[in-house]
Amino acid sequence: MSLETPLHKVRGMGSAHSGVTHFWRQRVTAAALVPLSLWFGISVLGLVGAHEAATLAFLSQPLNAILMAAFVMVLLYHMLLGLQVVIDDYVQSDGQKVFLMLLVRGLSIAAAATAIFALLRIAGPL
Amino acid sequence: MAETPHPAQRARPLSPHLTVYRWPVTMATSIVHRATGLALSAGTLVLCWWLIAVASGPDAFNEFTSLAVTPLGEVILFGFVWSLAYHLLNGIRHLAWDLGYGFAVPTANLSGIIVIAASIALAAGLFALAYLGHGGYYQ
Repeated sequence: MSLETPLHKVRGMGSAHSGVTHFWRQRVTAAALVPLSLWFGISVLGLVGAHEAATLAFLSQPLNAILMAAFVMVLLYHMLLGLQVVIDDYVQSDGQKVFLMLLVRGLSIAAAATAIFALLRIAGPL
Repeated sequence: MAETPHPAQRARPLSPHLTVYRWPVTMATSIVHRATGLALSAGTLVLCWWLIAVASGPDAFNEFTSLAVTPLGEVILFGFVWSLAYHLLNGIRHLAWDLGYGFAVPTANLSGIIVIAASIALAAGLFALAYLGHGGYYQ
C-alpha cells in the first residue's frame, strides 16, 4: 500500500519535489561540455603566453566568441548543479543550505554577466 | 565495577572509514571526481576574471598575465587543465554508467585506471601544446 495520491504518483516528483529535473540537467550539460571542453582545451589554451593583440583577435572572431560564451554559460550551470549536490551532501542545517545555495547562484550569475559583458566588449561595435 | 565506564562512554569500535580502507580504484576516482569539480568551480571564476581582464585594456591584461606566468600561476594552470581533463574523461565514464554500461567490477576498475592514466596524458599534452613556441600559437 502506498500513501502517495494517484496524482502525485503520476507526476513522479518523489521526495525532492522536482523529480529527475536536476539529474537530467546535470547529464545534458555534461554531454554538452564534452565537445565544448575539447574546443577550450585545444583552442583557448593556445592563448597561454599570447600578447594582448593576439588574444583580442582570437576572442573577437564570431565563432570563438560564441563558443566561449556557450562554454562559460553551460560550465556555470553545470557547476551550479554540481555544487548543489555537494551542499546537499555535507551541509545539514537548512539555513546554511539556503544561504550557500543563494551564494553559489549569486556568484554564478555575477560570473555569467561578467563573461558576457567582457565578450561583448572584446567583440566591439559592428 | 566502579572503574568500568558507562557503556555509552566506552570507546566503541567504529565502522571502517576513509583512513582504514585500502582505497579501491572506484572509490578514489569518485572522490577525485568531486574534488576536481570543486577545483574547476574556482577555475571557472578565474576564467571569467581572465575574460574581463582581456576586455579591460592593457593594464588589466598585463596584471593578469604577470600573475599567470609566476610559478604558482603555472601550477594553478596545470592543476586547472588536469582537473578539466580528469573531470571530462571520468564524466564520460559516468555517462556510460548512466546508460547502463561498464558496471562489472573488473570493467569499472579497468576504466578507472584508464581514466587516471589518460587524464595525465591529456593534461600533459594540452599543456605542452599551450606552451609550444612560448607565446601562444596564434601569433
